Amino acid sequence: MTGINRLFGKKIETIHMGTEIFKNDLAAQGVPAVHVDWTPPAGGDVRLLKALDSLAPLEAQIQAANQEAYDRFSSAQPMLTDIQTALDFIPGMTKKTILHSGPPIAWEQMSGPMRGAVMGALIYEGLASDAAGAERMAASGEITYCPCHEKGGVGPMAGIVSASMPVFVLKNITHGNTAFCTLNEGLGKVLRYGAYNQEVVDRLRWIEKILGPALKKAIQLSGGIDMRAMVAQVLHMGDEGHNRNKAGTSLFIRAIAPHLMQAGILQEDLVRVFNFINSNEHFFLNLSMPCCKAALDAANGVPCSTMVTTMARNGTEFGIRVSGLGNRWFTGPAQMIKGLLFPGYTEADANPDIGDSAITETAGIGAFAMAAAPAIVQFVGGTAEDAQAYSNRMYEITIGESKFFSIPQFNFRGSATGIDIRKVIQLGILPQINTGMAHREAGVGQVGAGLVNPPRECFAKALLAFAAEYVK
Amino acid sequence: MEVQVLIKANAYYDSVTLMAISKKMKNLPGVLEAVVSMGTELNKELIAQVGMGLPSVTAAGPNDLIIAVGAADAGSLEYVLKEVEQALVQRNRAAKGVVEAPKSLEGAVAAYPESNLAIISLPGAFAAREVRKALENQLHVMLFSDNVSLQDEVQLKKLAHDRGLLLMGPDCGTAIINHVPLCFANVVRPGNIGVVAASGTGTQEVTCLIDRFGGGVSQVIGTGGRDLKAEVGGIMMLDALQALENDPATDVIVIISKPPAPGVTEKILGLMKRGGKPKVVYFLGGDRQIVEQAGAVAGCNLADTARKAVALANKEPLSTDWSCVTAELSLIRQEQAGLAPGQKYVRALYTGGTLCDEAILAMQEDLGPIYSNIVFDSRFMLPDSAKSMKHTAIDLGDDKFTVGRPHPMIDPTIRLERLLQEARDPETAVILLDVVLGYGSHPDPAGILAPVVKEAKKLAKGQGRYLSVVASICGTYRDPQDYADQQAKLVDAGVALADANIKAARLAAAIVKNGA
Repeated sequence: MTGINRLFGKKIETIHMGTEIFKNDLAAQGVPAVHVDWTPPAGGDVRLLKALDSLAPLEAQIQAANQEAYDRFSSAQPMLTDIQTALDFIPGMTKKTILHSGPPIAWEQMSGPMRGAVMGALIYEGLASDAAGAERMAASGEITYCPCHEKGGVGPMAGIVSASMPVFVLKNITHGNTAFCTLNEGLGKVLRYGAYNQEVVDRLRWIEKILGPALKKAIQLSGGIDMRAMVAQVLHMGDEGHNRNKAGTSLFIRAIAPHLMQAGILQEDLVRVFNFINSNEHFFLNLSMPCCKAALDAANGVPCSTMVTTMARNGTEFGIRVSGLGNRWFTGPAQMIKGLLFPGYTEADANPDIGDSAITETAGIGAFAMAAAPAIVQFVGGTAEDAQAYSNRMYEITIGESKFFSIPQFNFRGSATGIDIRKVIQLGILPQINTGMAHREAGVGQVGAGLVNPPRECFAKALLAFAAEYVK
Repeated sequence: MEVQVLIKANAYYDSVTLMAISKKMKNLPGVLEAVVSMGTELNKELIAQVGMGLPSVTAAGPNDLIIAVGAADAGSLEYVLKEVEQALVQRNRAAKGVVEAPKSLEGAVAAYPESNLAIISLPGAFAAREVRKALENQLHVMLFSDNVSLQDEVQLKKLAHDRGLLLMGPDCGTAIINHVPLCFANVVRPGNIGVVAASGTGTQEVTCLIDRFGGGVSQVIGTGGRDLKAEVGGIMMLDALQALENDPATDVIVIISKPPAPGVTEKILGLMKRGGKPKVVYFLGGDRQIVEQAGAVAGCNLADTARKAVALANKEPLSTDWSCVTAELSLIRQEQAGLAPGQKYVRALYTGGTLCDEAILAMQEDLGPIYSNIVFDSRFMLPDSAKSMKHTAIDLGDDKFTVGRPHPMIDPTIRLERLLQEARDPETAVILLDVVLGYGSHPDPAGILAPVVKEAKKLAKGQGRYLSVVASICGTYRDPQDYADQQAKLVDAGVALADANIKAARLAAAIVKNGA
């Protein structure tokens, strides 16, 4: 018996590429027939098509490498284990180091919100006493700028981390690597949106002196909190872990409260700590992000893997990194976000895409699990069907379906996980990101939220580099 | 009760999902108890109560998934554990209402994992990439595209062969698999005749006539027009032939092709000899002796091939060759009646390539050289396929005519202008046509043709000539086009209808031969 004879016994179910006539003929006869909405691969770009074809002989190797990277990602188990001071915890950190979101960038190229945040951090660190001094210091060449990502961390929006700031420490207990992220400051005039007034600096000081130490004690008492399990649960509670963190913040309070109560904290501080976390629905974002980061870092550096392990923006450029290409960045211009603006703002007020929070999409949550968060779809300007379509489409460009993050609306199907640069280029489907919009001027804050894609250029550059690296 | 417990540390699942899985597992044969749940205190107690409270259950934490199964025997235990794994990796498709067409073959396969056949009609330059992916995804393929390079065809067919898959095509878009007509195919009665062919409309004509003569088909496999060239080596013909030999529903095998390349002929005849089932073979314009020496029955045209296959399938005695079919003399006389002295030639305008081949072979026996754009003998190649000379037969489906437009079987309008062109030529006596029905074809080919035939006849009459138009319909009564209606439209337009292409060709030849 050959495979042909096995076909003879079966019900014919067809997939069609090309004319719809044949598909319609079969559908009319009641034969299951699916039409593929085909477009020329790589948008007909000959250079990219050649690069794709040149990878064909490596298919088995790439698949094995992607499986390896994907398995590493899937088996990573990030636990929230500690809070430490940036200077102590982050390797190579100095008093004059400023970490920022996205790919590397010089002061001169930074956008408004990132500049403001840098200035605020310099004032907070006592390296400048006012705005003018901060600006001079920022441009002086004395400050070392470095992406959070290159130090094993992530930061939302401007993503600024300076020496004195406390950071959450997540340890991936499967592979031993760690990830960090600052504590979320809340909404309104905050450093991550580039605000640097006294109120901002005072709040940072309070986070450093009171909130950080209190949570540190409670986390230590808890013996560690499994963040992967918590993220999995929030997807079943209407969050997607990027733009909606209501359930996550609630779950975190539930998990940490008993330990906070036992941590021996002054009553008045305790009240303020609870009120602070409770008043900020995005408190959990600074935990879901490093959770994703710790797992993705475990997947980075697998030779021959085409899996994307970083997507990040600095407000000027969008950058990606690919497992098989180590720590190289592939960048393109940061895009404008399409969505809903808060009253009083127009699109002209918005800054281009900024922040490391696209790490959530890289890990298969955020917009990739947007179908799970119907409550925010209107916020990002769409219907529940749109959200499902966005999440659904991502399965075409990913390596696998998450074993842990599942979408109730898709009958608990695992979310699309592990972006493959080849598929992105071949199909012309860009990863979907849903994100907040920062004002283009420092310190104004969030002006809206919506949907954005990375520039295609990042993936095209990465693919060409990949072919140059591996095709001999 | 055999009990086994698996703990998946830190694997969160929704409790409702897990309850559903537990229930499903408990209903499996041989399973006595099945609890799949998170390791909360309550759940652990429940597991202990049903006698599965092993130490590993007690040790599990609230974030750990516990799979506890009790079964009558080890075999059932192993089976149910596999089923649990399967159920945990949800492969459920997106919710209803999200019907977005997949953008890629991989996306389609992932969303519709039961798919088993890809039908690809993309531009040739892109088709090979997609065919390779389809084969790698273990899909059988019907490749309708033209302009696929011979090199790609060879590579892809080797890949299909290695994987035990069909790769039908390119350039011969017909098949009936499991009684489902694919691309250009007719609705043919199910039966015990299997057809494998490197010919598109040849296959349609034979299968339609099998139906007409009371037979039916099991499988019809189109291998692609170049399959029997030396380069391809008959890969698909051989695989399909073997599959039909193995197929219990097939009693008689029909093979249709142009004569294969020398090395390929031996391979096919060799496989035919080894197989036990009776076969009817028609190599268009080929040597019938080698077929008979291989123990098969030789067809001498498409209709004859169909007749012999039906006779074998019904275990009836084989009649003699059915080659000298002539129409009734009265019909010939009627069509000759108004011909002017200068009207000497047949002009055949075909939408089907093999039907055109068959007409050329038949007419050249009676009329000598037939000029064409698809000649068997290069001496009779038309210098300009846009202009007929002497006796001419044109295949309008040839690449020269189809660049940038659909095949004339889909859109037969290209033939209309040519028909009028021939009608204006005072040397034209007979216009010979095919009308192909079935899936893929135009929904009303006769309806398109009829008014132009009338116009052509009127045009000739106006210049003092009688224009004879002869045609046959390739189709069955169950085709989506209404066969009787198609017939009526042609007759009404004054077309002399024959009931097979070979008869139409013989009639056309007879009209000019005896009249000239």
